[in-house]
Amino acid sequence: MITKPLLIQGGRIIDPSQGIDEIGNLIISEGKILGLGSGQVSLPDSDYDVLNAEGLIVCPGFIDLHCHLRQPGFEEKETISSGSRAAARGGFTTICCMPNTNPPLDSQATIDYVKSVAASEGVVRVLPVGCISRGGKGKELAEMGELAQAGAIAFSDDGQPLRSSRLMRQAMEYSLAFGLPVIDHCEDTALSENGQMNEGIIATRLGLCGIPAAAEESIVARDLALAELTGARLHIAHTTTEGSVELIRRAREKGIRVTAEVTPHHLTLTEEKVLGYDTNAKVSPPLRTKRDIEALIYGLKEGVIDIIATDHAPHTGNDKLSEFALAPFGISGLETALGSLMSLVHAGELTLAMLIAKLTCGPAKIIGTGYGKLGSLEVEAPAEVTIFDPNREWLVDTSDFASKGKNTPLNGEKLKGKVMAAIYQGKLVYKDEGLIIK
Amino acid sequence: MREVKQKDELAPEVKPEILATTSVWQRRHILDLDDFAPAEIELVLETTDAMKEVLSRPIKKVPALRGKTVITLFYESSTRTRSSFELAAKNLSADVISLSAQASSVVKGESLVDTLATLEALGADIVVMRHSHSGAPYITARYMRASMVNAGDGWHAHPTQALLDLYTIREHKGSIRGLKVVIIGDIKHSRVARSNIWGLTAMGAEVSVCCPFTLLPAGLDVVQHHFPKVHIEPEIESALCGADVVMTLRLQQERQQSGLLPSIREYVKLYQLTEARLAKAKADAIVLHPGPVNEDIEISLAVAQGPQSVINEQITNGVAVRMALLYLLAGGSR
Amino acid sequence: MANKIIMTAEDIRRTLARVAHEIIEFNKSTERLILVGMRTRGVPLARRLAANIEHFEGAKIPVGALDFSLYRDDLNSLGLQPIVKSTDIPIGVSGRVIVLVDDVLYTGRSTRAAMDALIDLGRPQAIQLAVLIDRGHRELPIRADYVGKNMPSARHEEIQVQLKEVDGVDEVAIIPTPSVKEESHEGG
Repeated sequence: MITKPLLIQGGRIIDPSQGIDEIGNLIISEGKILGLGSGQVSLPDSDYDVLNAEGLIVCPGFIDLHCHLRQPGFEEKETISSGSRAAARGGFTTICCMPNTNPPLDSQATIDYVKSVAASEGVVRVLPVGCISRGGKGKELAEMGELAQAGAIAFSDDGQPLRSSRLMRQAMEYSLAFGLPVIDHCEDTALSENGQMNEGIIATRLGLCGIPAAAEESIVARDLALAELTGARLHIAHTTTEGSVELIRRAREKGIRVTAEVTPHHLTLTEEKVLGYDTNAKVSPPLRTKRDIEALIYGLKEGVIDIIATDHAPHTGNDKLSEFALAPFGISGLETALGSLMSLVHAGELTLAMLIAKLTCGPAKIIGTGYGKLGSLEVEAPAEVTIFDPNREWLVDTSDFASKGKNTPLNGEKLKGKVMAAIYQGKLVYKDEGLIIK
Repeated sequence: MREVKQKDELAPEVKPEILATTSVWQRRHILDLDDFAPAEIELVLETTDAMKEVLSRPIKKVPALRGKTVITLFYESSTRTRSSFELAAKNLSADVISLSAQASSVVKGESLVDTLATLEALGADIVVMRHSHSGAPYITARYMRASMVNAGDGWHAHPTQALLDLYTIREHKGSIRGLKVVIIGDIKHSRVARSNIWGLTAMGAEVSVCCPFTLLPAGLDVVQHHFPKVHIEPEIESALCGADVVMTLRLQQERQQSGLLPSIREYVKLYQLTEARLAKAKADAIVLHPGPVNEDIEISLAVAQGPQSVINEQITNGVAVRMALLYLLAGGSR
Repeated sequence: MANKIIMTAEDIRRTLARVAHEIIEFNKSTERLILVGMRTRGVPLARRLAANIEHFEGAKIPVGALDFSLYRDDLNSLGLQPIVKSTDIPIGVSGRVIVLVDDVLYTGRSTRAAMDALIDLGRPQAIQLAVLIDRGHRELPIRADYVGKNMPSARHEEIQVQLKEVDGVDEVAIIPTPSVKEESHEGG
């Protein structure tokens, strides 16, 4: 199928990878960026479509370094098909899926499976993350070399921490040969055991077992030391505490090769969301405090935290319809990410360019260049574009979600900022009804 | 609309001031005391007075809940609370069905919400639930037309126990306002402590908690607006100094096993309520315990059975308080 | 429409004196009598009757207070539960002659509830009923033994009894109420 070239006209083009922020036109053809700019853009000779982007932001397609697509094994929660459609609705054109499926992505066969399902059923780029340990059990190393060859973009046992410091050291040392990062779920399970939410007065009020900040920070500290020891690339997943930000800051100052991410929910919601025992606000790591949010935002601004990733963790309604302690952890986050994050822009906490950088060129840098120039609108780069209206207000209605996971504490809330279109390899994979293409 | 109708059905047999006063009670569920206004607590205590009078009669039965079905659903065993509720319901002439987790289909993995839907289909008007997980009654109450009474959920709340404690304290002290109340023991895992802190502070008492720091829940030492202010007194004798009311909590043996205490022996040494320690409190201080008592662990036998102990009165008052609550909840057609 | 006063303080005083005489006359002896006021306003009325009897006969009659809320037949249809107060009768009711005292006799349902409540306390030799106002519209086969004043009324009217002990003033009035209420009554 040959799609006609597309002229995206009059939008505010923001591409932090090139330092661009200007009103102009973007033209894409044959799945690639053909040109952009406020001046004359050479138009193709052939017939082309026009998308009026006046008043809208035009930026590189978002990249999510951390999501759970649940396939294989938990298709009732999400599939690669439904998850990739949810990604498109959220403006994400590249998503990296975590390997804690059943079977886990700890072999070439399972990585190949995800890639082939993604190619046939997905609508955006799906990049698998491989296991650190065999079966994700934290006992012995998975065949990381084979996983790297099969196309894993990183290694992680996400969902569970590596309890063994020795195994973590070995994983980091072994990963050096492939140049891929180890994505670290930082949780000291001896401290978080039975924990349901952030430790503090809300947990006290609700009679729920708390998870102290130290449960995260102690492993962040341990693994930063191991990264220093081994020289390996370490990526701290879902950073949530002020103390973690401080630890990462110091590590970066020492030159340790560490990157870090934060989720939209940890940047915008506090533990108070759990009041009333809303199991949709039960997430690991838990929602923390206002003070932590301030530190995380500061971390983003100063560059200690490199990227924003959703940790999209879909579950069925029934999974969440249970006693708080029995409900699984996780928030379905792909489709609300931009709307939530825009609240930080509207509040003056982050600039648009910075927010977009954390969702585009930031994660692209961690993934590397193996898939072409991701997270950029450079000429000749794959035509992956997200168009969003920064001021459009909308009500979150989970029944509209493409994701099978309706588990979000934001259902019914009003967000300001909405994805209007997502273009993946030149194809329109999501378009809001309000957007007109001629 | 409904208001007008009710008033007319009643007029003129129910006096206007009665309608005015009961409008304090608008609740369908009793989940915790955290949102109880002092006037509501006062209404419960006054209604309990009337129920206690019923209990003093030769025939301890009134027809107020005739035709209503009360189901007690206990996911955790509890002889006391359960029999107290069942007796209360029977004294009010309700039909009582008693279910425990072992006997019901819970073991088959039927979800809590489904179980409650089944009980409603069976015609339950009031469900009294005990559950080992905090918040369980909140999850179910969202989907219920029947009333839910929380008979204890995890570490979270035990509102009927707190109300019977308030009632017992009021019987002895006249008023709760200004009293110095000390709660000694495993505060962290205690739903009794939490609900009592809400109820006591709402009624104007000053509450101190006394326990080893491993049994103290997080965040109490920070100024905040999510939980009442309590004083933290890790040292028992200074905690007891000048107290009007001393509440001891049951110590679960597993706290030692999970490493929160070095030994029960040391706990006894540091935190047991003994006669010598009780002497630091006011001479007319009363001693409460939610039961069942671990004699000579959290409280010495001499104190538990001594003249200042009101532990047995708490049990009697428990039935009266639960009658009052069931009566108040049974109001209205829905 | 203005309230119409049907009994003044003086009327109430005279009426209660007469009713006290009737109670003495009917029962011949005051020995086994207990006056039991139905909460709320029956209680001060019972006290006043007892004071009258003591004044006339020199005999001290025990006075009790009865709360019949737990025996009401309309608990299921009320939106809010009536406040329950304690029943307080100083001596056992078994073998005694109980004079139930209420302010207004209307449908008879309160009296029914009060009798059930009394019988749960013991086995009285007899129960008699004294009321300040009988306004008619009985729904149960109940009649008063002693009536202060018969006051035929329309259903939509309200008879308001006020007593010093409760309301600060002694007065009985008819309050006309809008007919909207009458309709909603039939709807309910």
